[in-house]
Amino acid sequence: MASLNLQTLGLRAINAQLNTGDIASGSSWEITEPKGQHAIACGLQADIKVDIRGHVGFYCAGMNQNADVTVHGHAGVGIAENMMSGQVRVTGNASQAAGATAHGGLLVIEGDASSRCGISMKGIDIVVGGSVGHMSAFMAQSGNLVVCGDAGEALGDSIYEARLFVRGKVENLGADCIEKTMTEEHIKTVDDLLKKAGIDGDAKDFKRYGSARQLYNFDIDNADAY
Amino acid sequence: MTNKAPRTLPRKSATLDDYTLSEIRRAASTGIYDIRGGGAKRQLPHFDDLLFLGASMSRYPLEGYRERCGTEVTLGTRFASKPIQLDIPITIAGMSFGSLSGQAKEALGRGANIAGTSTTTGDGGMTPEERGHSKLLVYQYLPSRYGMNPNDLRKADAIEIVVGQGAKPGGGGMLLGQKISDRVAQMRSLPKGIDQRSACRHPDWTGPDDLEIKILELREITNWEKPIYIKVGGARPYYDTALAVKAGADVIVVDGMQGGTAATQDVFIEHVGQPTLACIRPAVQALKDMDMHRKVQLIVSGGIRNGADVAKAMALGADAVSIGSAALVALGDNHPDLEEEYQQLGTTAGAYDDWHEGLDPAGITTQDPKLAARLDPEVAGRRLANYLKVITLEAQTIARACGKNHVHNLEPDDLVALTVESAAMAGVPLSGTSWIPGQND
Repeated sequence: MASLNLQTLGLRAINAQLNTGDIASGSSWEITEPKGQHAIACGLQADIKVDIRGHVGFYCAGMNQNADVTVHGHAGVGIAENMMSGQVRVTGNASQAAGATAHGGLLVIEGDASSRCGISMKGIDIVVGGSVGHMSAFMAQSGNLVVCGDAGEALGDSIYEARLFVRGKVENLGADCIEKTMTEEHIKTVDDLLKKAGIDGDAKDFKRYGSARQLYNFDIDNADAY
Repeated sequence: MTNKAPRTLPRKSATLDDYTLSEIRRAASTGIYDIRGGGAKRQLPHFDDLLFLGASMSRYPLEGYRERCGTEVTLGTRFASKPIQLDIPITIAGMSFGSLSGQAKEALGRGANIAGTSTTTGDGGMTPEERGHSKLLVYQYLPSRYGMNPNDLRKADAIEIVVGQGAKPGGGGMLLGQKISDRVAQMRSLPKGIDQRSACRHPDWTGPDDLEIKILELREITNWEKPIYIKVGGARPYYDTALAVKAGADVIVVDGMQGGTAATQDVFIEHVGQPTLACIRPAVQALKDMDMHRKVQLIVSGGIRNGADVAKAMALGADAVSIGSAALVALGDNHPDLEEEYQQLGTTAGAYDDWHEGLDPAGITTQDPKLAARLDPEVAGRRLANYLKVITLEAQTIARACGKNHVHNLEPDDLVALTVESAAMAGVPLSGTSWIPGQND
């Protein structure tokens, strides 16, 4: 494993190094002393493994493609935002907008995630070991959000076709979000995601939430819901 | 003479005029606010309220067609390693595939290529056709992030972070279900036929401090190559410009309330934001106060129609302008030849603005394959190129008459205003006086 010290090399050099066209597929990298800096390991494209030893700031692993990034610490706003593929793991907690607008891949947050987790998600799978804050999955379009703890206010507000699974208490649901039946297919989905995430849990303990599809086409009599 | 007592003529209310009455009846009947495309239609102080002085005893003009008057502009010189070079200071504004047909997007690209300028994507992402037909393509980074992916980001020649637009500063958007074809739905990761709401705020940043970090991320992902624009609606142009500079923009786009939209509430278009004319001087002042004028480039948009508008924007300090609605007209939008079909839609050529309904007989603001096929991208692209070249030539004509060998050398001293309002907004003297309201009174 090659080790890159962020304080010595600087952000630009490290991101450039991890994005060189000839980087070896399957190679492993370690970033030390991140000290909460922003935009670490963003825009990665290769099938590589990156371990970040410490806390990171905003947009770590943003727009990730193919890479497997682990933050051994806490993450700031927008971890793995707009991720396309690959895997991002946070061993601690994540701030707001984790996995925002992401199209694919797997985001695992072993601790808690703050507000707007999975906002406008477009196909990503997110597994949160702890709880999520308010307005999580706001305008979530597709993908799966699995929350092993509780969910804050207005879960799934204005949700489209994303599927939300929560094991604990939901403070309340947002506009057009309703509880739905857990079928065998959904139990399997949750079970698979928990296994992929390496988080213990019984999929049967989860409840499913999704769109009532009442706001899909404008109706003046729904104006108070907008 | 009869003995009947004379009666006054029937008098309609200036407050409740015919248009207002029709809107009340429409709202009462349909239960939905009026949604339309385009920009503000009300009478506003505009570039027509300014005049150029031309050359005289104190300065000499340049010979038309013989003495050079430059129009080239470089955008993104602050941080980007690959700034954009345009032959003309007129760019094509962001308009989405979805709101526009694929043929219209292709025509915009073809026209811009011939004229030597850039086009811009819109909400919904970049199509391969659009990239293929646009030599210089600016990729819009919008709150919805529909279709947003890093591969397209890297293919772009510049990135425009949209904070707002002139037609609706502070507003999001909604593409109504009837325009959501299979392809549009697929690009936006949403089901076909449903209303697609675009958020009014970005999902992962909220203010200029966060935006500075977002720009860092975008630069890291694109290897610090791409110029990064920040587009704001004409709300608080001085502070918006200053904050955009602080956030790290290479280029700032200020879009006044005449700037068009694909679909927004009429009440929003007509009542929120400021006229384009009122936005330029404060934006330029902010750049000057920060010693960033001409270092961070300023693009002005919203109601640019001809070379005089271009030249006036340049004289007030803009580096370039951007056109949207006028470009669509050049392609064929609202053409009188289609009057019969406009009548069938309950409107008339020149007034058609129900772009959200997808029934555009010109084949421009539609996703209906039959209607879209009416627009020949090559022919329409040529029309756009002709129009761009004409208004460039018009701007050069004015600049030469003012003795300038580049349109960027036009200056406020070349202008006077016809009205007190426009004098105050533009910061130039009222015609026939040395009075600039608010500055030396």
